[in-house]
Amino acid sequence: MVLKVFFPSCCSSADSGILIGRWISEQNSAVILAVVHFPFIPVQVKQYLGEVQRVTKVSVSVLGSWSNSKQEKEESLSEFLEDLGTIFSHEPWIQISKEGDSKFWSCSTLQKHSNNPQEEEIILVYYDQRKVMLSHLHPPLDTAAQGAEDASKLSAIFGTVARSRVLFMTDRYDEGPIKLTHWQSDGVEASIIVELMKQASVPACMLLTFLLSLVSGICRSRVLKFWPLSFLWSKLSICEQLGHRLQHLQVISSNRKAQNQTQLMRKANIFVSLLIDVALGILLMSWLYRKNRIGHLADTLIPVADHVAEELQDLLQWLMGAPAGLKMNRALDQVLGRFFLYHIHLWISYIHLLSPFIEMILWYVGLSACLGLTVALCILSDIIALLTFHIYCFYVYGARLYCLKIYGLSSLWRLFRGKKWNVLRQRVDSCSYDLDQLFIGTLLFTILLFLLPTTALYYLVFTLLRLLVVIVQGLIHLLVDLIDSLPLYSLLLRLCRSYRLAAGVKFRVLEQQDGKPLRLLMQINPLSYGAVVQTYRLPTYSCYPRDSWASLCKKLFLGELIYPWKHKGEKQN
Amino acid sequence: MAEERRFRSACGAPIALRRRQHSASCRELAVRGPRLQLRSLSAATSAVWLAAYGLFALSENSMVLSAAIFITLIGLIIYLHFVKIDQESLLVIGSLGIQVTSSYASGKESTTFIEMGQVKDVVINEAIHMQKVIYYLCILLQDPEDPQGVSEVVPLFQSSKPRLDCLIEVYKSCQEILEQRKTAPQSS
Repeated sequence: MVLKVFFPSCCSSADSGILIGRWISEQNSAVILAVVHFPFIPVQVKQYLGEVQRVTKVSVSVLGSWSNSKQEKEESLSEFLEDLGTIFSHEPWIQISKEGDSKFWSCSTLQKHSNNPQEEEIILVYYDQRKVMLSHLHPPLDTAAQGAEDASKLSAIFGTVARSRVLFMTDRYDEGPIKLTHWQSDGVEASIIVELMKQASVPACMLLTFLLSLVSGICRSRVLKFWPLSFLWSKLSICEQLGHRLQHLQVISSNRKAQNQTQLMRKANIFVSLLIDVALGILLMSWLYRKNRIGHLADTLIPVADHVAEELQDLLQWLMGAPAGLKMNRALDQVLGRFFLYHIHLWISYIHLLSPFIEMILWYVGLSACLGLTVALCILSDIIALLTFHIYCFYVYGARLYCLKIYGLSSLWRLFRGKKWNVLRQRVDSCSYDLDQLFIGTLLFTILLFLLPTTALYYLVFTLLRLLVVIVQGLIHLLVDLIDSLPLYSLLLRLCRSYRLAAGVKFRVLEQQDGKPLRLLMQINPLSYGAVVQTYRLPTYSCYPRDSWASLCKKLFLGELIYPWKHKGEKQN
Repeated sequence: MAEERRFRSACGAPIALRRRQHSASCRELAVRGPRLQLRSLSAATSAVWLAAYGLFALSENSMVLSAAIFITLIGLIIYLHFVKIDQESLLVIGSLGIQVTSSYASGKESTTFIEMGQVKDVVINEAIHMQKVIYYLCILLQDPEDPQGVSEVVPLFQSSKPRLDCLIEVYKSCQEILEQRKTAPQSS
């Protein structure tokens, strides 16, 4: 069977010594973690390895010997190294030797209790220890459900190096009986800024937790739960967004350490997302308040509302005449048209009543944009909803009228054919009607049928307007969702430190020489950007269409009121 | 040692198969497709620019010319980096796994490594595409629950589409290495 030796590239220039690492017998591979140099006392080495094993739960042992001779092969050294094999008994005992500056090393194994005496092939795989230690292997998405750690050979290797972190803490400047060479043996790296931030983060987290508990206590107080207010809060999207962000802040400021990689990435993603959101919000705010743009905006708001109302009045006048050449029922037309016109007149009066206060309200509301760009977008969506409230009312009136008409028509059509709807059995049954019942029923049916085009036209026009507003609001919410759920920290990590997010490995065949073992270089294959977004997406209260196209069309045809967006977590009605 | 042979792809374009044996259990098989020709590139560029110049003559708007240059550059970069595959190679390392690499014309390489424990077999399959029957080489992946089942089929050489004679060569080389794992003592 082929023997695979995973050798860290940082130990290529180490002095002679013995190799320590983990032997994975199921895969017949040896993962070498460090080189212990002479002089050493074997008992102390065994003691040290026992301690490391206890702390890291990785079965580290002495695997073989490493000889790096600058001049020609020294015979005595090679015999000495073979004798070491008897002290640290390990099956098989791996001997790697490098001569001078040659790239091609010779590798051999000593098997004392082997069944087959034939030479087994050896593959030497170089790996970058620091990158493999820091990297996180992502299994393919469909097999994420099964997930034993040694389901994949590679995850065993990555896991071994990652969990042996404590082995890499000693460097060559430490005073101790054991001298190791590994990727950090030239000195442990640390960054002052990172250490300072770690120290400062604890009190900051505690302060944030305290403030958040205050805020959430206020939010949950009974005062805000009375009926009109609670109804209002549920309709405004800004409250949902603020609640969502509050939840995020609670996740970040909790003082429980992240258990695993996923939680750590989620915390980091939320933190970066909040930071960017607030930065963009402050940018927007500074742009709005410079040159008094808020004042200009407030000044144009009333004329825009007036303009919309005028357009609606023109539309109603058109409907009251002969729209698109269709002939309407004059009386019903006039009634409906005048009703809606009066409604618009009322609405305009209310808007004009509010007009002196608009600028001040807008100025203070605009200040809340500093809480984030998403908050500003939600405010925009809510302002649009409030300004087009009359369109919503018209839609409801038109839909109710149309719905009533359709139900009446269907029931009278059944009467016309001599059938009846059986409520008990939930089906259509035949029924014998009296003559006067039939007469009145047919009359009413005819009236409703001939009034149908007028009602249908009003319903159609207002439904289209309502759908337009709904689409605009939906687009804004989609943008807010995007900003909320994009994992920016993961994307930045993939861009700058792509070895941290690994989809797998790739092997490169290095120069070969006959008679020497096969040399391969193992590099980390980073995750693709699409997979990064899919794995690390932040969950949001995303709104998505409640109905399929077919059921939406059916509801529109029957005149039922449509609420096209459904929020996750909302109860189905 | 390396050897190179010429074959034809399913559409008739000339391709070259290069085999290298690195060691007794490691083989690399690379299929190289035709390179980007200078004359097709110049033809495409001239066509776009002639059309842009014609539009400019009609509309007297110089934005058309800048837009044409922009579009040509962006289109060329996208084509070289995402579409044109120069070489597809298969690296079979017995007892480690199979690595599939595609190299694009811009130098980008996209690699996938499949561990040997997941590989059930390497086979040649037939597919009916429009009016043709084409053969393709694919790797069958083992289903972890069902030892007889196949969880996924990974097709190889999709861009160069070699014909059956080339595929048989690749198949034979792969099978020689895959057989070694059956003769060796089984590992879990």
